[in-house]
Amino acid sequence: MSVKKTVLSPNKLNRRNFLKAAAVTSSTAALAACGSKEAREEFLQRDFRSLSQDQIAKVLQRLETQYEREYGVKFTVSAKEPIPETFFGYALDISRCIGCRKCVYACVEENNQTLEPQMHWIQVLEMEKEKGVDFLHSNLYYDHEEVPHEGHFYLPVQCQQCKNPPCVKACPVGATWATEDGIVVVDYNWCIGCRSCMAACPYGARHYNWGKIQLEAENINPDTHYLGNRPRYKGAVEKCTFCIQRVREGRYPKCVEVCPVGARKFGNLLDKDSEIRYILENKRVLILKEELNTQPKFYYFYGT
Amino acid sequence: MKFIRFLKESFQIVIRGSKRYYLWLAFLFILILWGGSGYILQLKQGLLVTNMRDSVSWGFYIGNFTFLVGVAAAAIMLVIPAYIYNWKPLKEVVIFGELLAISAVIMCILFVIVDVGNPLRLWHMVPLIGKLNIPASLLGWDSLVLSLYFLLNVVVVSYLLNTLFYKREINNSKLTPLILLSIPIAIGIHTVTAFLYNGFAGRPYWNSALLAPKFLASAFCSGPAVLIILFQILKKTTTFEIKQEAIWKIAELMAYAMFINLFFFGAEVFKEVYSNTEHLVHLKYLFIGVGENRDIVMYGWLSLIISVIAFLLFLIPATRKNVVTLNIGAILIWMGVYIEKGIALLTPGFTPDTLGQIYIYRPSAIEVKVSVAIFAIGFLIFTMMTKIAIAIIFEDFNIDSLRRKKALPAES
Repeated sequence: MSVKKTVLSPNKLNRRNFLKAAAVTSSTAALAACGSKEAREEFLQRDFRSLSQDQIAKVLQRLETQYEREYGVKFTVSAKEPIPETFFGYALDISRCIGCRKCVYACVEENNQTLEPQMHWIQVLEMEKEKGVDFLHSNLYYDHEEVPHEGHFYLPVQCQQCKNPPCVKACPVGATWATEDGIVVVDYNWCIGCRSCMAACPYGARHYNWGKIQLEAENINPDTHYLGNRPRYKGAVEKCTFCIQRVREGRYPKCVEVCPVGARKFGNLLDKDSEIRYILENKRVLILKEELNTQPKFYYFYGT
Repeated sequence: MKFIRFLKESFQIVIRGSKRYYLWLAFLFILILWGGSGYILQLKQGLLVTNMRDSVSWGFYIGNFTFLVGVAAAAIMLVIPAYIYNWKPLKEVVIFGELLAISAVIMCILFVIVDVGNPLRLWHMVPLIGKLNIPASLLGWDSLVLSLYFLLNVVVVSYLLNTLFYKREINNSKLTPLILLSIPIAIGIHTVTAFLYNGFAGRPYWNSALLAPKFLASAFCSGPAVLIILFQILKKTTTFEIKQEAIWKIAELMAYAMFINLFFFGAEVFKEVYSNTEHLVHLKYLFIGVGENRDIVMYGWLSLIISVIAFLLFLIPATRKNVVTLNIGAILIWMGVYIEKGIALLTPGFTPDTLGQIYIYRPSAIEVKVSVAIFAIGFLIFTMMTKIAIAIIFEDFNIDSLRRKKALPAES
């Protein structure tokens, strides 16, 4: 009898309530019935926004066990919610940036980006001073002994955290959305990997895991957020989250901390006394590709 | 129950055939296995085995998908004159157009499946079970209209063949509304696929209102071109019959469609070249190259030149009615539109990318392999369905002949 009970997986599924019983088609049940319990739970997991608190807790626990087994490091995966009354904004001082790419590599480590093929959420473009902000004549692959290079300036581009994000519209399964505190996030477990959002993004800010994730155990950052820097999956899209794992704890994004010239500013747009509000009110700011009406919350300015 | 009997008898038709038929099936199976091994590798290692990367994030798979949506939509090309104007010679070939549409939609769906990084999660797209993001997502809409179009064609074809098999009267009051419905949906699948590209404001090469009309015009060329070639092959290898004037009529309609297609193309070229904004760079990438990168220039010109030649061949009545030039024209149109949708539409849209960087995309061997397998699956399905349809329409395969042969007791 007991053997029979374990075989009857549909009972289990009902109890777990991962899917409304009516919605479970025979084929999904059949697919889910093969493989381990963990694989089954992963397969049947709903999108993040429709999970209850209990379900989220279970998912986080499952992920922590999974990650520890896979990477040999003890992970914490949080799902910390937005701090009330916060709406994040970012400002980058073009006149200060020297194009050293320290932010690029700090971001890779902080956010556990895959090393093969190397993924960079921040892309620093070298531009000719004569031409101004001109993407067509910019160079992502500059390689000088010393920066800044004569006659050039640098424009780091990462997710512009649009208020009107084209990527969110494009996603066929609602796996990406803007949170209350103004961060566009991806549910890496719900993303099917169709790359519509990548075609939609005007800033090249979305990146794809073309192969299996490659991380070096000694460089892994084990303090993670479900919507942020937890290890991702082959065939899913990811992007800059303003370091959601840090900013929801009241810390700065890693790129802000690491910038050697202080070109990067970050803060709460709803806080009148914040540095970001000071910049918006006292400096002349610009946004990229304003004609597309994406309404970025990532501003560029000339501080000096 | 009667329908199950029909399916059973049809199955007998599918598994029996001449030596040539078996050889053809074996050839297709070998291609499917060969290409399928590529897909298994892709499942293991991820889309890393393709040459797509963040800069050019869609490639050969989605190009083929786009081309085949056009082929599928083109069934209406035959349905409209046949049913609305009741033009007899075309009516008998409509069924084969619909069979082609069914096979093409299946290939479309397969191309989307192989392009997706997590195919096991595709249930997320199923309405009610998953979380289909409509009305916002165009890919969401596309999946809906494609499924609907597929179902509609399956219902119409099964109904027609089943009725012919049982030698019953076709109930036009039931059939006509379905066929009329299939016309807007056929236009819909191609329009929505065009909108999928069209809606990306950040990709100026696609963000042109002419894209959807251009898609329709080119589909009205490529779909019938595929049909004309298939009809010639079927005529040679089976008992399939078609009136020559039906083929000429199709060819004439294709000439008009190709003219519109070329005109739209000219209008786009004028707008880009005359205004000479930075958006011109994508067209430049296609026709003269950007800097040292002249990788796809050859294809840009090839597609344009053969489309013009084909247009002339179909426009002039003498060459349209000559079997040799007709077939050359059909092959040229097919090639022209295939290159246009597979390379000329997709790649320049991504190159240079949104940050102005150039990544040279060429499909990898695996991408080609997997695509060959999908085409083989499509041909296999088309072959089998066509065999049944030919048997019913031209080879006296029906309930009466079966009864005569097997002396079966009459069914109640």
